Amino acid sequence: MLSLRVPSTSFHPRRFHAGALERRWRLGRDCFLSFSHPRGTRSLGVKSTKSEMAPFTAAEEETLPEGLHPELMPKHVAVIMDGNGRWAKNKGLQPWDGHRAGVEALREIVELCGKWGIQVLTVFAFSTDNWIRPKIEIDFLLNLFERTLKSELETLAKNNVRISIIGDSSKLPKSLLKVINEVEEVTKNNTRLQLIVAVGYSGKYDVLQACRGIAQRVKDGEIEVEEIDEKLIEQELETNCTEFPYPDLLIRTSGELRVSNFLLWQLAYTELFFAQELWPDFGRSGFIEALMSFQQRQRRFGGRKS
Amino acid sequence: MCRRENNDLSGNDVVQSFITGSGSFPTFASLNSQLRILVLSLLPSTISDPKNLGTVLHFIYLSSGEGMGGGIRQLLEQVHRLSRRCLFRVLSMGPLPTHLAFIMDGNRRYAKKRGLEDGSGHKAGFSALMSMLQYCYELGIKYVTVYAFSIDNFRRKPEEVQSLMDLMLEKIKSLLDKESIVHEYGIRVYFIGNLGLLNDQVRAAAEEVMKATAKNSRVVLLVCVAYNSTDEIVQAVKRSCVDKADRDVERIQLVDIEENMQMSVAPEPDILIRSSGETRLSNFLLWQTGNSQLFSPDALWPEIGLRHLVWAILNFQRSHSYLEKKKKQL
Repeated sequence: MLSLRVPSTSFHPRRFHAGALERRWRLGRDCFLSFSHPRGTRSLGVKSTKSEMAPFTAAEEETLPEGLHPELMPKHVAVIMDGNGRWAKNKGLQPWDGHRAGVEALREIVELCGKWGIQVLTVFAFSTDNWIRPKIEIDFLLNLFERTLKSELETLAKNNVRISIIGDSSKLPKSLLKVINEVEEVTKNNTRLQLIVAVGYSGKYDVLQACRGIAQRVKDGEIEVEEIDEKLIEQELETNCTEFPYPDLLIRTSGELRVSNFLLWQLAYTELFFAQELWPDFGRSGFIEALMSFQQRQRRFGGRKS
Repeated sequence: MCRRENNDLSGNDVVQSFITGSGSFPTFASLNSQLRILVLSLLPSTISDPKNLGTVLHFIYLSSGEGMGGGIRQLLEQVHRLSRRCLFRVLSMGPLPTHLAFIMDGNRRYAKKRGLEDGSGHKAGFSALMSMLQYCYELGIKYVTVYAFSIDNFRRKPEEVQSLMDLMLEKIKSLLDKESIVHEYGIRVYFIGNLGLLNDQVRAAAEEVMKATAKNSRVVLLVCVAYNSTDEIVQAVKRSCVDKADRDVERIQLVDIEENMQMSVAPEPDILIRSSGETRLSNFLLWQTGNSQLFSPDALWPEIGLRHLVWAILNFQRSHSYLEKKKKQL
């Protein structure tokens, strides 16, 4: 999962007086999709090496590394970015340092997707299961997400990246919803890469909301129950915001061998790749390894290789 | 196997023939796995005196002929069962999964690899399935689900589909035999899937088995045939729409969809094992495997064995405490 997830132990309510909240907010603001140079991080001693995401225009399109074939590149890659907390713990750092390192890794992957012709990248930011965390933590994280979206809007627009947010928006604060709508509106015509961020999302939730949508249409007399089929459900799922709703490749880092309820319906024929590295260590080499593994697989979709 | 042609052959001669492969005696390589294990276990005591080994080999070869062959096989099976029971007792010290799911992939590749005719891969796959079920139920795993035939598989060549249907009909009927595994372990069998897509004979046989085993409750076998997870979800959504037609649609909850799923008769799988090394779900149990451990050994399905099961369970036990903690939070 994306590194919005901070372990609940660091958000003990007693420690959460105003000063601490302010300090953590300032430090944490630089995590998660922060492409601007972090301020106020002198005390951490961790500096990010890149200040801004390099623009990937057509002129700078990179040739693929050796071993990768352009015609076999996946159109849609989904990523479960797991392991930021563990990475920070292993290095003796604080959890938000892990998130910052996770952001660097994500930035790299987004750039590579843009350069290598991958058209959709879906990232798992916040699951419906994460709502059980303490309210203070959730408020902090959503606040962080909102501020980051605001600050990154210009960069994304410049890089021809389209952002879409999927997930249960009913629980999100109004200010965040406003920012999300604005970002989606401003970037909706961008064509280079579509970055789908799943916030408050889970595969089961998606099917449930599709079911409700269909039930409403049946109630309104628009369709008959007998007409409900796979195509109809596909149209009602939140991934209908993209031309390629089904990931070709799902990557999960940190060695965990499960899908954790991310993209249920859409993963029917997706090739799964489980990387041992923690997300901040994943980077270019890990991504190349995942893509090479994908390109070697025989996809038969239930049929036979003739 | 062989017959002893000359009563005066000494143990040394037998051992020599055994190792070099000359003479009328089969070699070590030609023994089946059970006999190989027995021979290996006897080796330490016969290093100093090959005659002992020779005598034992004589005995094995003789008894493996007609008549006494069954006796030796049964003895070896008992030895195996005993050692398995010890192993399972050790495994049971840790948490065990309640529900295991298998995607039985690789039968045709196995047949091709061994140079066998097309249908025999699936037959070998069936034997592997029976062994795997035996291990699971001996270990005490209550639910086992297998992916026998997908709706997508109907797109294969008609001859292949027909031969698979014939094999399924034969094997489904055999489940009703008194000596079958169903009676040995008291298995309740479910056939999950869009059974309307099957031909009448197979569907009738499946329904008969479901009816006949309905009273069993010890362990459960779910066979997914003419199944697709997306199809299962579509059917569940249809039923939910009908059930809740008179109520506010916002009141449709996850449980409403879940109780309309065909797989609701079993809990979610703890482990999903797909053979042949492919790492994808292929439209199998998408709804139910959100939190399952996924395991994809390289072995083709007919080659799958006890070691793969043990390895999967050990990995499950390793991450179990962490997952339980997460579940409690939810």
